[in-house]
Amino acid sequence: MSQAKTEFLDRSKTFWNPGKTQDWIDMGVDLVIDRREGYYLFDMDGRRLIDLHLNGGTYNLGHRHPELVEVLKAGTERFDMGNHHFPALARTALAEALQACAPGPHFKYTAYGSGGGEAIDIAIKTARHAAQKKKIVSIVKAYHGHTGLAVKTGDDRFSKLFLSHDTAGEFVQVPFNDLTAMEDALKDRDVAAVIMETIPATYGFPMPQEGYLPSVKSLCEKYDALYIADEVQTGLMRTGEMWGCTKYGVEPDIMVTGKGISGGMYPIACVLISEKCGGWLKEDGFGHISTMGGAELGCVVAMKTLEIVQRPEVRTMVRYISDYLRAGLNDIMAAFPDFFIGIRQHGVIMGLEFNHPQGAKPVMKHLYENGVWAIFSTLDPRVLQFKPGLLLTQADAEEVLRRVAIAIELARAEVMGGRRRMV
Amino acid sequence: MEASLFNSLIDISESPAASRGQADLMLERARWAATVFDRYDRDATMRIVDAVAQAAHEHAAEFAKKVVAESGFGVAEHKKIKNELTAKPLVDFYRDQDYVNLRIDETRKIVEIPRPAGVVFALTPSTNPIATINYKVLLCLMTRNAIVMSPHPAVRETSIEAVRILARAAEEAGAPAGVIQVLEQPSIPLVDAFMGSDKTNVILATGGTPMVRAAYSSGNPAIGVGPGNAPVFVDASADVTKAAQRIVASKSFDNSVLCTNESVLITLPEVENQLKMALKSSGAYICSDEDTAALRRFLFHPRGFNVEAIGRDATWIAQECGIRVPTNTKILVAPITQIGVEEPMSREKLCPVLAMHVAKTRSQALSQSRAVLRLTGAGHSAAIHTKDEASAIDYASTVEVYRVVVNAPCSQGAAGFATNLAPTFTIGTGFFGRSSIGENVGPQHLVHWTRVAYNSDTDESFGNYQEIGRGFRGALPPAPADGVPGSAPAAPPAPQPSAISSIDSATKDELRRLIAAELRDLLRK
Repeated sequence: MSQAKTEFLDRSKTFWNPGKTQDWIDMGVDLVIDRREGYYLFDMDGRRLIDLHLNGGTYNLGHRHPELVEVLKAGTERFDMGNHHFPALARTALAEALQACAPGPHFKYTAYGSGGGEAIDIAIKTARHAAQKKKIVSIVKAYHGHTGLAVKTGDDRFSKLFLSHDTAGEFVQVPFNDLTAMEDALKDRDVAAVIMETIPATYGFPMPQEGYLPSVKSLCEKYDALYIADEVQTGLMRTGEMWGCTKYGVEPDIMVTGKGISGGMYPIACVLISEKCGGWLKEDGFGHISTMGGAELGCVVAMKTLEIVQRPEVRTMVRYISDYLRAGLNDIMAAFPDFFIGIRQHGVIMGLEFNHPQGAKPVMKHLYENGVWAIFSTLDPRVLQFKPGLLLTQADAEEVLRRVAIAIELARAEVMGGRRRMV
Repeated sequence: MEASLFNSLIDISESPAASRGQADLMLERARWAATVFDRYDRDATMRIVDAVAQAAHEHAAEFAKKVVAESGFGVAEHKKIKNELTAKPLVDFYRDQDYVNLRIDETRKIVEIPRPAGVVFALTPSTNPIATINYKVLLCLMTRNAIVMSPHPAVRETSIEAVRILARAAEEAGAPAGVIQVLEQPSIPLVDAFMGSDKTNVILATGGTPMVRAAYSSGNPAIGVGPGNAPVFVDASADVTKAAQRIVASKSFDNSVLCTNESVLITLPEVENQLKMALKSSGAYICSDEDTAALRRFLFHPRGFNVEAIGRDATWIAQECGIRVPTNTKILVAPITQIGVEEPMSREKLCPVLAMHVAKTRSQALSQSRAVLRLTGAGHSAAIHTKDEASAIDYASTVEVYRVVVNAPCSQGAAGFATNLAPTFTIGTGFFGRSSIGENVGPQHLVHWTRVAYNSDTDESFGNYQEIGRGFRGALPPAPADGVPGSAPAAPPAPQPSAISSIDSATKDELRRLIAAELRDLLRK
């Protein structure tokens, strides 16, 4: 580590976040991201990393995508964040664009947050208003963000710390892929909405079993609950379709998109609201106010992001990247079957499962040392989140596989010891 | 998706970033397709090639008509022939060439492995759009390359439709998605972005000189060709009647839009009158000095050739110039006394107008032929009608071109359709014409070979490669979409055995002869 980096990390601990800064150092990841371009991150000491973390799809199109940079620059010639109280050109234009690509014709309005958590809060408030009920059902180990309502839907690690966990019985959690538990939670008809990440990311991408999500939607209909799809990490073509829920045959009542919609260039998150859920927008349009939510520069970038991800070339790219990486990962898995035990995949949403309770952490560390940045799943550290971008080049995909094979062998040796067992 | 909805506020579609973005995306998709295509064996490759050739053949007449309607020039019936020739006969011509499997040379102790270029960026002209599309697409498929086509704006709509049909046929036959793509809104900045991108492996440029020079200046490998301006020499020993018939047939073929068409007829006093008579009886109109002056004014503007005249009928041009000609006139012959910068009629004319010059001597005829090519057309094509081999060789080694057609129509002959030259829609103009390739461009130019060379010392024996092939793994197995019904991955296909070509070499020779004969017949009709 350079002297400059050592000094910087000290300042980071002093002024920013001592715990987080130290945790990364302890995990063997002394990353300080400086320059970034495409799917490359450059550490402040100059080392290049291929980004397979993408902040959950925020950098779907790569870092500083030239067209997004261009549209943001051009946007600043005309717009700033805008006045949140007034009808606004860019907010309306983005809402119209979103309506055109929404997962169902019933979607009508868009409300804006400045980030995913705020958007989830808006979604929950919207559902509560529409249903005139308070209870929200989410899955165990759910993760929808850290704001007031969103944090209550998730793992209590993030709520109890701040004494912000639910104590009123308004937030119920049921195990993922368990329809009986879901029905039990809903059958009293006192639930406003089920909120569901189409594929739970922070939980390591456990995949919905066949029919699970449509059945949850049916149960919602049966028991007068609304279905909120959190498409923050599964939307925007990551499954090979615009929205992950569409692939599973679910038409949600409310849908949240964040992260990738910003192109990684200007913070924005959006809540798509069906006509039947949009009552508060007529009753009291000032009901939710957000100075920075739907900032017009963010809208401009989001529109370009939507246009790019819907190009037909992108769809083919996603298919190639998914198929190619899967074929390569299958080979690697066959070489280390006692350690690398599973692949969860839908498009470029992938989780690599290791045969050790903390298995993804050494893999992450060795990947980092071998020029790839991929992060373990916070709520299931057996699983490495493996999230290639939509536009990953063939050359980089090949590089990724080469480096992953090396890193997994090293991680296996570290965790399991002994010689590599070839099959 | 309606792109305008997403660009409605801030439109950056004209920016360099947008051009680069589009080029990168299409070229990277092509790269993926090429990477997967490289896993295909020869049988799978040829199945795709044949399916695309069939589709091209089936649509030959339809697109011939559409192109004539869209561009306003050429002869639909002739375009149909070109569109057909660049489909199945083109494939048959190269059928026995193997650009997929190993080549083993026991004597030299060398094994050669074909390595496709990868991503080909191809530009097509307005004059022969569909034939060029067919030809370039099939060349790329034979060699397992991916191609991005940029159509000429004058025939954009038909070209796009044609490429899409070929792409669909390819994918239905199992080709990787995106192996054939078309640039739907070609513009100069966008084409520049494609040509300059490091994701492009080679540019296949057919068209006007500025575009070809831009291709060569892009920094990427390019196969570009220069313009034509073919001199045709009818020497004293020629069968004058046949010569005249062939020249008229060639000049009137698709109204001279093939760049291989005869531009200036050069002959000698001893056969001048006989030749003029023969030309007339073949459908030519011989112009008076006044007619020639009118043609010169009409065809050549201060800024260059009048594009209105490209590929028009002889009678239409005559009418525009106020020349009264018989209605069955196929070409206009304009006698000229000078050749060179002072006589525009000695330049290239992509229309059925042929300049005619009578040289005093054979040696002057040769120097006049060289002068024609000094104006434009260096490295391109020339023709001679003669019975004297010495004359043919003398002429061919004097004129600065890389193909000299003997006793055949030059339009078709130089392009390989009335001779045994390789059929092509990209004529390599070589070093004379500032190009990298001097022969008719074919699939062999889109593949390089990795040469595995053994120690030449006789003590070191060569390996046995006859039974060893490349492991062709074919298409990628589809990755699962976990939890989506029916998405479980199909079992990966078993590795295919190396495909040793199934046709023995004697059969190949026989096939080659048959195909060549078939091609010749087609053009005699």
